[in-house]
Amino acid sequence: MNGVHDMGGMDGFGKVEPEPNEPVFHAPWEGRVMAMNRAMGATGAYNIDMSRFSLESLPPTDYLGSSYYRKWFLGLERRLLALGYVAADEVAAGHAKHPAKPLKRPPLTSADIDRVMTRGSFGRTPQGPARYKPGDRVRAKNIHPTTHTRLPRYVRGHVGVVERLHGAQVFPDSTILGKGEDPQWLYTVRFDSQELWGADADPTVKVSIDAFEPYLEQV
Amino acid sequence: MQLRVRALETILTEKGYVDPKALDLIIEAYETKIGPHNGARVVAKAWTDADFKRRLLEDGSAAVATLGHVSRVGDHLVAVENTPQVHNMVVCTLCSCYPWEVLGLPPVWYKAAPYRSRAVKDPRGVLADFGITLAKETEIRVWDSTAETRFIVLPMRPAGTDGWSDEKLAELVTRDSMIGTGLPKKPGEVAR
Repeated sequence: MNGVHDMGGMDGFGKVEPEPNEPVFHAPWEGRVMAMNRAMGATGAYNIDMSRFSLESLPPTDYLGSSYYRKWFLGLERRLLALGYVAADEVAAGHAKHPAKPLKRPPLTSADIDRVMTRGSFGRTPQGPARYKPGDRVRAKNIHPTTHTRLPRYVRGHVGVVERLHGAQVFPDSTILGKGEDPQWLYTVRFDSQELWGADADPTVKVSIDAFEPYLEQV
Repeated sequence: MQLRVRALETILTEKGYVDPKALDLIIEAYETKIGPHNGARVVAKAWTDADFKRRLLEDGSAAVATLGHVSRVGDHLVAVENTPQVHNMVVCTLCSCYPWEVLGLPPVWYKAAPYRSRAVKDPRGVLADFGITLAKETEIRVWDSTAETRFIVLPMRPAGTDGWSDEKLAELVTRDSMIGTGLPKKPGEVAR
């Protein structure tokens, strides 16, 4: 979706402000939100793209006006409500009022937190041969899906060069629609800055995205 | 926020979905065990062991997995090497993708709009915000983490560190130098 989360190339957000000696969490609740997100994910309640899409779907003012972990909290609450793991009257009361929904995988216990400490693998058996190879010129399609996609707006319609082939991986645009993993070849595609930002752009800058094959077309 | 978060945790706990003790351990791991020191060990090893460096650049996940003392790494870790000609920088314009296993949780600025919006369009301006100026002719190569690939920058080894141990070298490797928004410390900046 063409949401405010797709920030590449936007102006007006000001300077980057690194915080010296930044703590891992700025308040204890931030850690609880991070850990709840991981722990519920481990039960199979949602996958990483559902998690991303619920943040992207927040009202734009909430997305832009919230701290990172506030966004995570709002997204988590929305997601759990939408999926039926919690109900609105429970959120209002601050207590469980209904029987639990069966989980796909057992809850995380202190004995098995390793389940969330290593990232899962997204590599899958390809469904066919790769269409492109390193060195090929490709165009990022000018497409505007209204649901979750990982093709940022700033590259759409632009021509780049395939630099790496990563194998086939779970295709986010498909899983978010409930259509299964639909593994697709994944490429690193590199663009010249002047192709993306015009003739006045700094010619020494090159930018790449990791693009699934359906995002690309032959030039 | 604290009250809302506690309320949600209460509901999830009462329904048997989460175990608060497991949540404690996840938080503790990211506060104490998993952080940029993991990545710094990887970089220091690459600086002293040419064979490891070659394997790291070929397959980051596999190479890091051979270092028993670094936290377990998932698939799809890619290490990109800085050279006198090319400076790499990593961003996630769409959300906050970051190599958690080797760098820990990302800093606030990495996840915030100014960095995400400008890194792909004005990386030299971003570097200036960090007090870094590169030669005009240096190529800046920005990696937008739009899929499940995760990137770590292998910065250049500072001059004047011949004969240093991996442990000592690791002290020079800053978090920002592995994101590409900083450079390693100079030998004089750490106690010998």
